[in-house]
Formats: sequence, structure tokens, C-alpha cells
Amino acid sequence: MPLILTDEQTMLKDAADGFLSEHAPIAHLRELRDTRDADGVSRDLWRAFGEMGFAGVVIPEAHGGMGLGAVEAGVIAESLGRTLTPSPFLGTAVLGARTLAAGSEDQQAEWLPRMAAGQAIVSLAVDEGAKHRPDRIATTAERHGNGFKLNGAKAMVLDGHVADALIVAAKTPEGTTLFLVDPKTAGVGIERTVMVDAHNAARVTLTNAEVDADAVIGPVGGGDAILDGVLTLGRGCVASSLVGAGDQAFQITLDYLRTRKQFGKLIGEFQALQHRAAHLFSELEIARAATLAALQAVDAGREDAPLIAAVAKAKAGRVAELAVQEGVQMHGGVGMTDEFDIGLFMKRVRVLNELLGDAGLHQDRMARAQGF
Amino acid sequence: MSELDDFRAETRTWLETNCPPECRGPAEEDAAIWGGRNAVFKTPAHRLWLDRMAARGWTAPEWPVEYGGGGLSREQAKVLASELRRIKAQPALNSFGVWMLGPALLAFGTEAQKQRFLPEIVRGEIRWCQGYSEPGAGSDLAAVQTRAEDKGDHWIVNGQKIWTSYADKADWIFCLVRTDTDAPKHLGISFVLFDMATPGVTTRPITLISGKSPFCETFFDDVRVEKENLVGTLNRGWDVAKHLLAHERTMIGAMGEIGAGRPVGQVAADHIGLDEAGRLDDPMLRARIAELEIDAAAFRLAMERVGDQVKAKQAHPAIASMLKYYGSELNKRRHELLMAAGGVEALEWEGERSRNGTPARDWLRTKANSIEGGTSEVQLNIIAKHLLQLPGA
Repeated sequence: MPLILTDEQTMLKDAADGFLSEHAPIAHLRELRDTRDADGVSRDLWRAFGEMGFAGVVIPEAHGGMGLGAVEAGVIAESLGRTLTPSPFLGTAVLGARTLAAGSEDQQAEWLPRMAAGQAIVSLAVDEGAKHRPDRIATTAERHGNGFKLNGAKAMVLDGHVADALIVAAKTPEGTTLFLVDPKTAGVGIERTVMVDAHNAARVTLTNAEVDADAVIGPVGGGDAILDGVLTLGRGCVASSLVGAGDQAFQITLDYLRTRKQFGKLIGEFQALQHRAAHLFSELEIARAATLAALQAVDAGREDAPLIAAVAKAKAGRVAELAVQEGVQMHGGVGMTDEFDIGLFMKRVRVLNELLGDAGLHQDRMARAQGF
Repeated sequence: MSELDDFRAETRTWLETNCPPECRGPAEEDAAIWGGRNAVFKTPAHRLWLDRMAARGWTAPEWPVEYGGGGLSREQAKVLASELRRIKAQPALNSFGVWMLGPALLAFGTEAQKQRFLPEIVRGEIRWCQGYSEPGAGSDLAAVQTRAEDKGDHWIVNGQKIWTSYADKADWIFCLVRTDTDAPKHLGISFVLFDMATPGVTTRPITLISGKSPFCETFFDDVRVEKENLVGTLNRGWDVAKHLLAHERTMIGAMGEIGAGRPVGQVAADHIGLDEAGRLDDPMLRARIAELEIDAAAFRLAMERVGDQVKAKQAHPAIASMLKYYGSELNKRRHELLMAAGGVEALEWEGERSRNGTPARDWLRTKANSIEGGTSEVQLNIIAKHLLQLPGA
């Protein structure tokens, strides 16, 4: 498989870029933020995502989706990275949808069509502490009556405050188990966390929250195997958003280098800045290649897909971090102002870097894979 | 898809049968196969490996069959490369002819030149060297002063080249010479080929900080060069030179990845050991190596992607500068870490245990990577100008 987009994938990219720049440019993020919107995310825009087919990109056609793959999901995630749009796409259309694909026929039939239509938001609750550590889940699920009783606290639950359903990862004696939980269940507490980038997540507390046995997604104790695939796809898509955000920050900075004058010269004429820009260009090309390769590996069902996704997430994260640092620095004083967009990219990249594991976590995976 | 699967299966079977065991696993430097009139083979198996691969054209897998190449598609060539990697096959031929001159001849050569030179390159019969840099023309390559004087049916060449890789072992040279001293510097250069055995050619190896002498000074004293050996248009040799440089840069960029022996982390584990959890017993070094390996894996994918873009005609010609810049800096980093991984054990300069100081000598050799073929700074200039269109670049 060549490491370039097919014609169809390029058309999807053009459609996503076009749609977002028209309906959800950075001004949309600013409006939600500055009006202190209660949800911090637009349900209307989510429905429009459904109409465009974006919300159902990886959902099978039988359940109302487009039945496309990881590369296509990554294409949309990259566009979202460029416009910084708050959207349930990553939480619901990628993580939620791929997790539910492991669920029962009833679970799929109940949720997937509404998710594909942009009518339902389903959030995956895995993280607990300051860091993404899916192998150290402390939330418990005890057998209770016909079902289970959940106890624990979750953090960084994407769009958890507006979710129609939560997917909670908890420990049972058999291992990690995934539960589909109604947020209105007694004992479920949800607190919206307004983040630095004006995107949304929630803290979720579970205090003797009771669910039926049919709330289990996949086999009891089978959560890790499901999560492995889901998180691999998610990391590929977050890497795509990082590439999108990093590259857009770079493009904005290049425009500035071509127009800003100091000492009677365009600042882009200074070799000190040219070399830094050229270095950043190289890094972005390399991050882009790794990200596309990871998404293709997921679609091909390759055994090394989790490792390539780790490479992509680590690399795209570090490169996007460099892009926003250089972006703010090369903008000088105006880079520090809220009026200029470059600072918004810096904030978004910080959040994306923590999401689904930072570069260090993924480097550790690489080291273990190579036996050191 | 299934045709490609068939190709993979056939290739695998053929390689299993035909790649001698001596030619698998990490290659010692003295085992590298360079071919040429005075070819040196470490064992008879190495000669056999070259001959078998050359007979299939697989020393130049994507070149047309009519010139001795393998005639493979890009996808088939990727399969061949991955199957070679799978059995850890050593390269059947290291060749500036395959890596640099051949692509330039395919793009600019006459039919007669292609038929004459390409098949012998594929078979490893003629070893080529590159006459580009001069004492006064390093980063500023277009300042070459070596002169070719027009004598009707031939030229007489006088001048000096430097950093000519393996000039003392090469059979022929592809060389930049000035054929018009009045024209602006990029426009008076021609690209010519001649035999290093021609009277008037002398070479003198240069001892480097590694203690080795891969590069030479090369002197031309009234050297006769036939006009039929002009490649491309007279005085437009810069176009050929740039085309070739793109291939050279891609090659240098790829050097670290292709030549990489054991992974750095394993080398470090050999010297330093692992802790109870199976992690390198030096957490700081472990993190640095892991970061390198992430970059290296991503860079390999970027090389693959650029290759795919070239094939799909979506690549910018200057993208080779990105691969050259990144790959050479990465390789320097790799060898810094290999030295740290070896610790004091990597400091030996002589003796059996260190194979005559191989780690230290290899480390020092990589410092040239970001200088040869255009410095990193020149590559960044090219990226700023041609890929980013920055003002005044």
C-alpha cells in the first residue's frame, strides 16, 4: 500500500477541510469559549457531522455509517486539528464507535445508528490519574444481584458532561471489563472540566453505581483486548490531529515570516529563522508519514499496528509541540496575545499530547518492543 | 494483490535457495561487495551472491530489463527489499553506479550510453566514483574550476577534485568540468565520464579522523576525455549534477537506516545489562535511545513515503534535501548513542576485541554525513528556498 492518500481519501479530506473552514473555523471555538457555552460543544454541528457522514466514518453501513477505515477517520481528525473544532468526533465517532463494535447486536443496534447520525454522544472512560495508564485501572466492578456494582473515579472522559452513554473500564476478577453505563444511573457523578484549550472532558465518579449484566461490552474480563484495538485506532487519530494542528500552526507562522518586517527586512529573510522553519518542515513530513503508516497498519490488521501507532503518537506529539513553540516564538509579542490564533494551537497541542498517552509512554513501548 | 503475494512467495523461495549463509547477518565492513575490475570478495560465497542477484537484475531492481535491471514495479521492489531484510541479507552490491550515476543516465544519457554503461553497473563490473567537490568548491559546488579544453573530437581536462570517495579503487569517474569559463557559474559546467586508468589521472587517499581513508584527492593532468562521454547537454551539466545529487542525498540520508546493524538498545543491553524488569539498567540512556528509535522508525516511513510520492509524481524535487538532512543528523545521533551504550568498552582504537576500534571509527565516520553531499546547512537553505519559498532564501 503506497504511503499516500488514494483519490477517494483525498476527496474526503477536501470535503472535511471545506466543511470545517465554512461551518466550524477557529471563530467557532472562540464563540463557544467567549460566550461560556454551557456544553462547550455544538450539538447542531454534531448533527451536521452526521449528515456529512463524518460521525459514522468507521461505523458499518449496516448500522448507518460509512463503513470506512482508520485512514479516513484520520483524515477527518487531521482537519479537526487544523480548525481546532470542539467536536465529539474523537470520543464518540472513533473511540466510542470502535468499542461498541465489540458489543452485542442489541448494543450496536441501539447506539451505532444514532452515533452515525450525529444524534448520540458516547464517551469512553478509561483514564483515572494524571497520566493515561490503561494497564493500571483501579475502578472496580463487583458482582451484585443480576449485574455489577461500579466504584471508582474517571478523568479525561471526552465530552463526558454531554454524553448519552458512558463506556466505563473497570476491574473484575477476570480482568478489565467494559460497561455501557447510562449517565443518569444513581451513583454516577459527572463534573465538566473546561480545559486549557476550551475543549471538553469530564470527571466521572462511580459510587455503588449499579448496572445490569447486559451492560457488559464483549466478554467479562475481555476489556483489555478490546481496548488494545480501540486505543491503537485512537492514537492514530490523535496523531492525525496533532499533525493537523502542528502543520496549521506552521503555515500560520510561515505567513507571518513572509509578511512581518523588522530591521527593514521581512523576518523570513533571516537565515536563523529560515533554518528553524526548514527543520520544522522536515519534522512535520516525518510525523505525517508515521501517522499515515499507523492508520494503514490498523486498516490492514497488521500485528505491529500498536507499535506503529505508538511511533506516530510519540513523533507527532513531539513535532507538534515544536511547531507551536516555534510558532509563538517567531510571532514575537503578538504570539502571546489571545487575539492571534497561534496560542490556541499551543493549548490544543498540549491537550492532544496527554490524550491516550504522552510521547514518553509510547517511547517506553518502543523500548520494550526492542528488548531494552 | 494476489499477484504481489505470488511475487513475495516466489521471491522468498528464491532467496532462501540463493542467498548464501555467509551473506546473511550484520556485514563486516571488509565483507562489503563493491564490484569493479579489481573486485575483492571476502569469500567465494560473496561473489556468488553478487552474480546471482545481478543475473536477475536485482542489484538494480527497478531499472528496465533492457539495460540489465530487474524491471520490477515499485510495489514489487518493496516486497523484494522486505524479503531481503527478513533474512538479514547483506547488500549484493554497493555501488555509486546503481545509487547515483545510473538514475542520471536513465534520465539524461543517450541510448548508446545507457546500453554501454548500465548493464555493467548492474553486474558490478565497473566501479564508479564521483568527481564533484574541489578545494574551492565544497558547499558552493557550482564554483568548480576543473577545466575541459575543447580539442575537436575530445577534451583535455586539467584540475583537482577532493573528497572523491574510493577514487583509488574506482574504475571510472563521473565528473563535473568547466567547459565555458565566460558563462555564469552554473551555466558553464558539463558532466563527463572517463576511465580512471587514462594517463594523467592520479589519486591520493586522505587520512580522516577515523584513521581510515575512504576519500581521495584526485588530480587531472592533461587527461583526454572523448566527446561521446558527455552526458546531457554541453554546458548544462548542472542539471545532471542536481538530478544525481538528489539520488546521492537520498542515499546518504538512508545510510544509517540501511547500514544499521544491531539495534542501539540491544548493544546497550550487551554492555550495561538489564534490570529485574527487563529494562536497560541506565534509565536516562534508555529514554534517549527510545527517542532515537521512534525518530528512526518514523524516518524509515518517511523515506518510504517519499519513494511512493516520487512514483506517483507527487514529490517535489527538493524533498531529497529533507531526507538527506534528517537521515544524516539521525545517523550521527545513533552513533553518539552507540558510543554511550558501549561506554569505556567502545573507546578502544586497536585490538581484536573491538575489531580494531570499529565502534569508535564508525562513530567518527558519521560526522561526515552532514557534510558530504551538501552540508546540513545547505540542505536547510534548499528547503527554505524551494519548499517553503521564504523571502530572499
